Amino acid sequence: MPGSEKGSRGFDPARRRLLTGTLRTAVGVGLVAMTLGVYQRQARALPATALRPPGASVDEALFQGACIRCGLCVRDCPYDTLKLAQLGDEVALGTPFFEARDIPCEMCDDIPCVKACPTGALDPALTEIDQARMGLAVVVDQEACIAFQGLRCEVCFNVCPVRGKAITLNRQHNPRSGKHALFLPVVHSRDCTGCGKCETACILEEAAIKVFPIALAKGMLGQHYRLGWEQKAQAGEALVTPDLPHQYNLPEGMRYEHGGRGLIFGEPAMPPSLPPPAAPGLPDSPFPSNPLETLNSKGGL
Amino acid sequence: MQPGGRPGAEAIRLKGWFRAHRYLILRRLSQVSILALFLAGPWFGVWIVKGNLASSLTLEVLPLSDPLLLLQVFATGHVPESAALIGGVIVLVFYLIVGGRVYCGWVCPVNPVTDAAEWLRGALNIKAGAHFSNQTRNWLLGATLVVAAVSGSLAWELVNPVSMVYRGLVFGMGLAWGLLAAVFLLDLFVGRRVWCGHLCPVGAFYGLVGEAALLRVGAVRRERCDDCLDCFAVCPEHQVIRPALKGADKGLGPVILSGHCTNCGRCIDVCGRDVFAFTTRFSNNNRQAVSGDNHT
Repeated sequence: MPGSEKGSRGFDPARRRLLTGTLRTAVGVGLVAMTLGVYQRQARALPATALRPPGASVDEALFQGACIRCGLCVRDCPYDTLKLAQLGDEVALGTPFFEARDIPCEMCDDIPCVKACPTGALDPALTEIDQARMGLAVVVDQEACIAFQGLRCEVCFNVCPVRGKAITLNRQHNPRSGKHALFLPVVHSRDCTGCGKCETACILEEAAIKVFPIALAKGMLGQHYRLGWEQKAQAGEALVTPDLPHQYNLPEGMRYEHGGRGLIFGEPAMPPSLPPPAAPGLPDSPFPSNPLETLNSKGGL
Repeated sequence: MQPGGRPGAEAIRLKGWFRAHRYLILRRLSQVSILALFLAGPWFGVWIVKGNLASSLTLEVLPLSDPLLLLQVFATGHVPESAALIGGVIVLVFYLIVGGRVYCGWVCPVNPVTDAAEWLRGALNIKAGAHFSNQTRNWLLGATLVVAAVSGSLAWELVNPVSMVYRGLVFGMGLAWGLLAAVFLLDLFVGRRVWCGHLCPVGAFYGLVGEAALLRVGAVRRERCDDCLDCFAVCPEHQVIRPALKGADKGLGPVILSGHCTNCGRCIDVCGRDVFAFTTRFSNNNRQAVSGDNHT
């Protein structure tokens, strides 16, 4: 190669400089990229108080891949609910969020924030604000909630924009007074949009009902799990051996009506409204009268 | 340049102060007025432009989006809606006409900061500097796309000072001042033009766009050059000047064809002999034919 000095061991110094220079740059940039990768993984953890605007993917990673941090949703929010995360906030830098206790989502019918989004990070398929799932309200502190003390409050129930559906009042006996009722707020994920109005309105110093991102608020049954009564309703019949009707083995002259009047004295042992005891030929009780039989039976206890 | 004199002293003497600072003033005006357009809404309630440099909506009709950001969104696997795509194409076409890194010189909010660092570096006579290959930015550009593809999220936007500063100015800074200060100190102490000239992937992207751009600075009267080096002293990417200014013997045309020229026009300002002028990439061919006669 003309013009290049060969090193004593046959290396070409110019080529060497180029290679080490390239390698240096590549390693440096690789380190930066790795640090960035680790940092962005941490940035995916949405703090429990931060809620995304309507139409944002429940999968935080998907949302952060689609949002270009332009703030147009923030600008078109008529209630100044939304804000962009600043450097130092726990929310991924530049992405829009709101905090329910601060300013909740007013659930505009025309959803201007979704319309403003240029990238579709807020899904334009969301046209009914009642279908939005910004989060899920959870009655987090039953000890503090005054409804659980037997006091009438029901503020969360009354401010709910999906009133009577997303939050219902569960009436229960008040064991403290013995004569009053408790009206307990219960949230239903089927209708709760996560707008946060209940959390804003909660009369406590620190809200007893809070709206969390869905991923934090929602549990999920194992995929393999089947509920027997649902399967039975679907199939129209029991899929396993039918249960024997329960025998209460009560003293003479008594019987028990489950889900009805309870323990009943002095009526015929088996009114015609009740089904006959099992199939003919089977014993009255599935339990043998001699306990030894159970112990000696195959499989034992 | 006179020994010990500041670059441009001769131009000021020959052309007057104003003509020796014309493009610098225009550039600062451009930077300030674009920022003013964005700030007029949040500060004074005059909503001409909404959003920030990532994506904006002007007068409720004109969408503009950062093409590099859209590229990253594509890398994550998300397909943006048409508003963003149309905005991205408009921006891309604009920079293909006026020059890719016009973004860096005339729009980007980090430019005044690194220019200030460069000025202070000169005033304090800081010479030392770490060496970065000016290819580093291309590697970083690749890395931002790879990280976006692998992680599925716009990781670069978590730390990008360019978008952070603008978003900060318009929506609230948070700790972004710290990052801006870091870029300033980097350019002041670590090396000359380290951020904009060596590291910034946004600049690298617009540099690639600039390779094909129409509007150019050309050393159209290069035969007048008296080797004062003032243009080299002020140019943020001074490697782009030599082929055009001194390439006549090698058959190279007078137009600066490197994508990394920011079209800042500072060389036009500081040249006392008016060697440089704005021209287009097509005016290079004629000159090349003329000046290339004695070669090949």
